Order: sequence, then structure tokens, then C-alpha cells
Amino acid sequence: MRGLAVVLIDENPVLFKTMCDEVPLHYGQGMSSAVRNRNAMIEAFVTSEPLIQAAFEAGVDVRLGTTCWGLYANGPGVHWLPGTVAGLADEERGWLIGAEHVIVAAGRRDMGLGFPGWEKPGVIGATAAVTLAARLGALNPRRVVILGTSAEALSAAVALHDAGVEITAIVEQAAEPVGPGHLVTKLRAAGCEFLTHHIVREALGRESVEGVLIAAVDKTGRAVGEERRIECEGVVLAVGTTPVVDVLAALGCHIAFQPERGGYAPVMDMDQRTSVHNVFAVGDCAGIWPEKSLDRSIAAGEGQRAVGAILGDAKNYELTEVPEPDVPTYDISAYRMAWVRASVIEARAEFHVCQCEEVTAREILEVRPPRYLGWQGASRNDRSLFSLLDKAPPNPDHVKRLTRAGMGPCQGRRCREQIAALLALQATVPLGAVPLAGYRAPVRPLPLVIASQLLETADQARHWELWFGIPSQWQSPCEIPEFFTVATNEVTSRE
Amino acid sequence: MTEINGASVVIVGGGVTGLSAAWWLAQSGVDVLVIEKGIVGWEASGRNGGGCGHVTSPLYAEMLRLWPIMDELLGYPTEFSANRIHLAVTEEQLTVQKRSAAALNPGYRCELLDQKQLRELVPLAGDNVAGAHFYHFGGHANPHRTVQGYAWGMQDHGGRLMQHCAVTGFRTEGERVVGVETERGLLGCDQLVIAAGPQTGHLSAILGQEVPMASARAEMIVTEPLPLMPYGGVDGNGLHGRQTLRGNLAFGGGPHEWLELPEGGVFANPSTPLMGHIGRRLIEMMPKAAHARIIRSWAGVIENTPDGRPVIDRLSTFPNVLVATMSSVGFGLSPSSGRAIRDVVVDGACSFADISSFRLARFARLEPDWRELQGWVALATEDR
Ligand SMILES: Cc1cc2nc3c(=O)[nH]c(=O)nc-3n(C[C@H](O)[C@H](O)[C@H](O)COP(=O)(O)OP(=O)(O)OC[C@H]3O[C@@H](n4cnc5c(N)ncnc54)[C@H](O)[C@@H]3O)c2cc1C
Repeated sequence: MRGLAVVLIDENPVLFKTMCDEVPLHYGQGMSSAVRNRNAMIEAFVTSEPLIQAAFEAGVDVRLGTTCWGLYANGPGVHWLPGTVAGLADEERGWLIGAEHVIVAAGRRDMGLGFPGWEKPGVIGATAAVTLAARLGALNPRRVVILGTSAEALSAAVALHDAGVEITAIVEQAAEPVGPGHLVTKLRAAGCEFLTHHIVREALGRESVEGVLIAAVDKTGRAVGEERRIECEGVVLAVGTTPVVDVLAALGCHIAFQPERGGYAPVMDMDQRTSVHNVFAVGDCAGIWPEKSLDRSIAAGEGQRAVGAILGDAKNYELTEVPEPDVPTYDISAYRMAWVRASVIEARAEFHVCQCEEVTAREILEVRPPRYLGWQGASRNDRSLFSLLDKAPPNPDHVKRLTRAGMGPCQGRRCREQIAALLALQATVPLGAVPLAGYRAPVRPLPLVIASQLLETADQARHWELWFGIPSQWQSPCEIPEFFTVATNEVTSRE
Repeated sequence: MTEINGASVVIVGGGVTGLSAAWWLAQSGVDVLVIEKGIVGWEASGRNGGGCGHVTSPLYAEMLRLWPIMDELLGYPTEFSANRIHLAVTEEQLTVQKRSAAALNPGYRCELLDQKQLRELVPLAGDNVAGAHFYHFGGHANPHRTVQGYAWGMQDHGGRLMQHCAVTGFRTEGERVVGVETERGLLGCDQLVIAAGPQTGHLSAILGQEVPMASARAEMIVTEPLPLMPYGGVDGNGLHGRQTLRGNLAFGGGPHEWLELPEGGVFANPSTPLMGHIGRRLIEMMPKAAHARIIRSWAGVIENTPDGRPVIDRLSTFPNVLVATMSSVGFGLSPSSGRAIRDVVVDGACSFADISSFRLARFARLEPDWRELQGWVALATEDR
């Protein structure tokens, strides 16, 4: 039996210089120079996942080191495309491929969480830390503090521990760890200290993280009591693991806040089909929940269901029942907001929530124009978030347009969830009420010189216009006839 | 907040046209209310290139006077930057450019730059550039800041804004519209201004005199910030755009796609691989930016009348209704379009320019199939 022609795209192993830009994950400059050795990284990446080899052997066209920076399809508002198209790029080339079906398995990333000093090298997202340590053997910090205790945070802690990273403390603002007890027990047994009702007040260090100051917090997130210094080389952010929905959202798939799936996730049918009929989402990008994070057969099953739907022979896959997300044991909306309240709002000094555009929490909530415009002192420049609102929760894109928060080259990867939580706190609405900040192609920063290689059809080139090319638009008013009709108007009538 | 029960002047549409008009009206002490179905500037007014052009418009001279003082008048920054440069990559482009420079009204200054000046003013341009003109007029501004500046400025003068509230119909008495029906109930008005962008056509049709309009999608790209050039407003090689004051290159152009008005009135605004083609033209013009990375692309839907010219006029069916659309060049002209609308609403005529060419009656004999005749029709495909 002949199967379908399959191309598998994966951007890993990610180039050193791309990691430096904090794309696609929050690497926090925590990668070692081993990442510069391309061949070693490819080998490490392939070895870390036996299924890659299996895919090769099955005849799949596997393209590593290749990014999918956009998906396009005809739909409301666009009709000229030849069909469903994926935009791809590697280090030197940019191109488009067509596909009858697309399965997106874009994985997870971590919500950023700021505190004074969080811009220092060594403050890293958990997914990036685990990828570097466990898959690539290229994580610099050898001693870390972990923030967060969800199932995802604790399994990241276990993975880092297994990769030989020392975990000095696991810090949690909530009263108790929110993840599974057996992981807490296991990590305690391995010597990790759990500090609940605590937060990081500051990351210390000159060139990079050398330690953190932690403090206990009360129920409202205010720091109380003595601060304590913990020596470490890294801070791993694991307070909110979120599905990577960028390419799906940019395509126009319906994405909704689904707490049981880890936040904003695609809306899908039983076959993992998104609202775009030939586009499927599987694995972490389709939703993250504790059981799924601990048992990879659930994600694998999603992949099989999508394939079954594409082949139209679901029976062959012996699908008994579709695993449903567990009921979350904690309220992720309240939990993430509590972290942001304690760490960002109650911070003892201002810092940049949006590191690319250098925007502070206060500037976001006061909707300040960027500092380089020199309007800080203007007397009427005293607007607040509430001046934008009218019977609807704040929209992060509206705030972004005015403050530039989330507008920079990391494309909001480190700040978007944090900004959403800030807006929710200020407007006293749950996190899910704040709309998803927009994603636009290219969902990875794409050099002009690579984007410019996309094939342009002769027809497109022929119809290229700077503006509409309506000659009567540019006539002087005195030349305008009393009545406009297409027939009498030589200047607009077409060939 | 007190319940809003309408206003002396109700404006449908919180784009630059409606908001500028509202700001001018509020400054004149008029009780004005803007009703916007989404968020201010969510359609074309927040998705455009920020260019302040259209030199043949009767509103142009007043626009030139106003832009440099807009920050002060509004009390909020617009990022307006004066002047524009037109680059020609090829000799053919230069010939076309020279022709339009020669056709300029002698009141406007424009000069051909030499290679040295060009390199100083547009350091990202390459040696391949055939030539460039410096226009001592026009400019560019930040659409987002300008939209919000109008909205806040209007509110500072007592004007009111309702967002997330779509207008669904009108209440009439004789030859007067006495109220607008909205998602939040009926709102009374003495006068009504319809400045709803592409939706102006269908809303005016409800009132018996349609402003003929067609909509098209246009796209733009933006790069990461680059060092600031002395002049950001650079057009050429089939592109219009600007370097923002932050340093990003924001450029657009390309074939436009004609669209039907969507059901429910909300455009999807998808962008397409046209991004790459815009990118290619951009680096042909500015090769020193070749390694800059595109960090976003976007699309917006643009309003067009059959002759591509504005309509600012009262409906003959309901003379207390004014319809206003600037037909695809509405951002740059917004300081003066709002003032013209204010003048017509308050004084019955525009005080600073002859806007008789904006009259709606010019379309009285328009062919019913004008869109097809001009080729302004949406491609047929099944939706996904
Ligand atoms: C990519 C692009 C580039 C452009 N570049 C330039 C440029 O460089 N210079 C320039 O001058 N122009 C440019 N334009 C054109 C310019 O943006 C428009 O001409 C201008 O913004 C139109 O403003 P408007 O207020 O009339 O309409 P819109 O911005 O369309 O605003 C109309 C508003 O009405 C609201 N509305 C509609 N129906 C209803 C209803 N029933 N109830 C309540 N509210 C309703 C809509 O939500 C919308 O916000 C560009 C446009 C695009 C898309």
C-alpha cells in the first residue's frame, strides 16, 4: 500500500543566532557555545527522539533546521491563493509549498514573568531550559531556581535534574504546590527545596544571573519578612506553559481560551481538526494538561486521530475513546494572575515587561507613548487603561499599538501572557476575558533577503500598483465632470 | 457613567474620518457622540501606511497647514514628520517621476537629489538607485497614535465615544433621521454623520441614497527597527511607506484584492505571501536593509468610490444626514477632512476649500454594474 507524500518540517536544532534573539523560545542566553556546532546539534537532536529516525526510514521528507513562518489558505477576505500554502525558510532560502492537509504540532512555550533583573542572561523559559539541557546537552547554568509547581513545571524540574542540573529551590507564590503530589515527593526526595508563598524579588549578578533574592508573600501578593539570597546561575520560568498557536492563529483558525488546555488553544473537533477544514492541531499546541504532559501516548493518539481523519479510515487506528483533558486542579487564570500581581505589580523596582521595546508595567497600564517620543512630561498625557475601555475587557493589541509593548523582534514571546495578566488584573476580569493578542505572519522574524525569494507570479507582477492606479483619483477637482459614469470616463475604463 | 441617550450630532464610525470630525465638532462646543462597532481605528485607519499625501485634493493645502501643529492641537503625539522622498530604482521609474514632478502645482517645491544628497538622506538606499526627488511637503504620521489622539482629544472637549456597539439601522420621521438603532438601543440625534469606511455604502443605501463603494484588501510589512534615516517618508519601486520614528521599515503595495462586504460587517483582514514580494521591492530600493527581519505583516480593507474621489455631502433623501468617505486616501487628509465635515454640519458649507467635487450627485447616472465594468469584483472561490 502506498501512503501519502509527507513533508515534516522542524525548526530544530535552532541556530545559535536565532536563540540569541529569543526565538522561538525564551532561551534567556542560557545556551552554551556547543549550540554553534551545527553537526553536533543535529546529531543530538535526532538522537534525542527516535521517531525522527523512524520517520526518515518510512520515507518521510524530513526537513530539520527549517521553519514554517506562515500558513495561508483562501477564506473570508482572501481568494487569490492557489490552495493551502506553507511558508518555509532555512538559513539561506525562503520558499512556499502547497499541501492538501496540514498537521500542526508546534509544541509549547512558557509564559514570561518579570521581576527586577529578569533581563539578565540565565533567566530562561522552562521549555527552552529542558530542550537545551535534556535534548541538546547545551544548557549553561548548572544550578537553577525554578518558578512554578504545575505538572509541567515539576516535570521540567525532573527533566533538568535528570540531565544533571542542580535545582536549588522550587519557588511557588501559592500556598501549596499545584502539581501532582508524586512529583513533589520525588523532587523533595532528590533534595529540592520547595518554597511556597514565595516569589523572586530580584535576580542578582553582573554579566549574568549569580543569585536571586527571594521573599515570602502574603495572600495579596505583597512581600513580607526578610529577603533571602539563594546562589544560582539560572532562573527557570515555569509559571504558565502555553500551547504554541502562532501559526494557527495567523492563519485564522479559531483560538479560544480553554483553561483545561493550558490557555489559548485551537478549537477542534474530535479528529483534531481546527476551524480551517484541512488543518489539524496535535500535541502540545492543541492543548496542555497534566496527564498529557506526563504521558506522551496521549499526544501520539492525537496525531493518529488526525491521520485517520485525513485518510478517512479512522477505524484502522483502533480508537476507543478520545482522552479528555483532566479537570484542572487549580484555576490557571487566577494562578497566573497571582504570579503577575506578586512578581510584577508588587515589584520593588520598575523593569521592562516588554524587553524588546523597553516598556514597564506602569507604562502599559497608563498607556504611555514610548519614551523616545519625549512625551513623558506632557500635562495631558495622563491617560490610563480605562480611557481606552468601553463595555469590553482591554484588548492587548490596542495597548500594543499605543505603548509598543509586544511589538518588538521577539514578537511578544516573552511578554504577551504577562501583559494579558496585567490587563486582566487592572480591569478586574479573568484572564480568559482578555482577547488573544494578534499573531501575524511571519511568526518567526524573517530576513527580507529570505522573504524576497518567494516566487511571484507574472500575473501578480503585472498588476502591481503602488496605490490603486485610479487615474481620476489624481485629477484636479476642476477636471471632474458633472456626472461620473464608467462609459464616459476614459481615465478609469479598462482595456 | 451616565446612560447615553444620543447627542446633537451622532457619528457612525470611529475611524480617522469620523473621529477627526468629532474632534472638530467637540472643539466647537457641539454635543457629539461617535459610535464604533469595534475599537477605534480597528479597520483601515489603524492599518494604513501613515502617508500624508494626495496633493490634488482640495483639502490638501489645509492638511499641510494642520499636520505640523496637530500634536499641539490634539494634546497627544501623532509622530508627524514632514516631507517625502520618492526613489526611482530604474530609469523608467525616474522618467515617470520626473513627469509628475514637472506637473506639480508651482506652489509646491520639489527637487531632484544628487547621489551624494541621496546617500545622506536615505542611507539604506543602494548605488543602484537611478534617482530621487525630494518633496518639500507632505509627510507621514503614526496611524495608531493619531486615531487615539483624535478620540482622546474629542473626549477632552466633551465629546463621547461608544465602542463595541454596531449601528444596525435608523429611525426616521419625515425627511429626518431622528435616531440610530444600535446594539445598545436607540440613540437620538439632530444630525447624523455616516463615516463608516467601506460600510458607508450599505448604511447610506438603507437611507435611500447609496454612496457607491467597493472594498479592496491591501497589505503591508514591517521590519525590526533599524538606525534612523534623516527622512523616513520614502516611497518608490511600487511601494509606499515610511520608516517609523522607532526605526522600523513599514511598507506596502501590490495588487489589491477586491472583496465583497462580509456578512456581519467584520472583515477578516488576512495577509498573504505578498509579504515576500513587498520585501523584494523593498530591498531593491534599500539593499542595505536586506538582512533586516520582517517581524509582522498585515492587511486592511480600503474603501473606494467609483472615481476614487471623496464624498462629503448631505443625502438628498434625508438632509440631516451627511455621508463622508475619503476613498482610500483618508488617513493623511484626516486633519482637514474632519474640519470640512464640521463646517458642513455646523455652518452648512466648508469655510476653507471648495469641496463641490465631493458631491454625491455626481454618481446619479452611474451604471448599476459599475463594479463589473471597472473590474472591481471579488474572485469567486469556496470559503474554507
Ligand atoms: C494597507 C493600507 C495602507 C494605506 N495607506 C494609506 C496612506 O499611506 N495614506 C492615507 O492617507 N491613507 C492610506 N490608506 C487608506 C486609509 O487608511 C483610509 O482611507 C482611511 O483610514 C479611512 O478612514 P475612515 O475613517 O473613513 O474609514 P475606516 O477606517 O474604515 O473606519 C470606519 C469605521 O466605521 C466602523 N463601522 C463600520 N460600520 C459600522 C456600523 N454599522 N456601526 C458602527 N461602526 C461601524 C468600522 O468599524 C470602522 O472602524 C491605507 C489603507 C490601508 C488598508
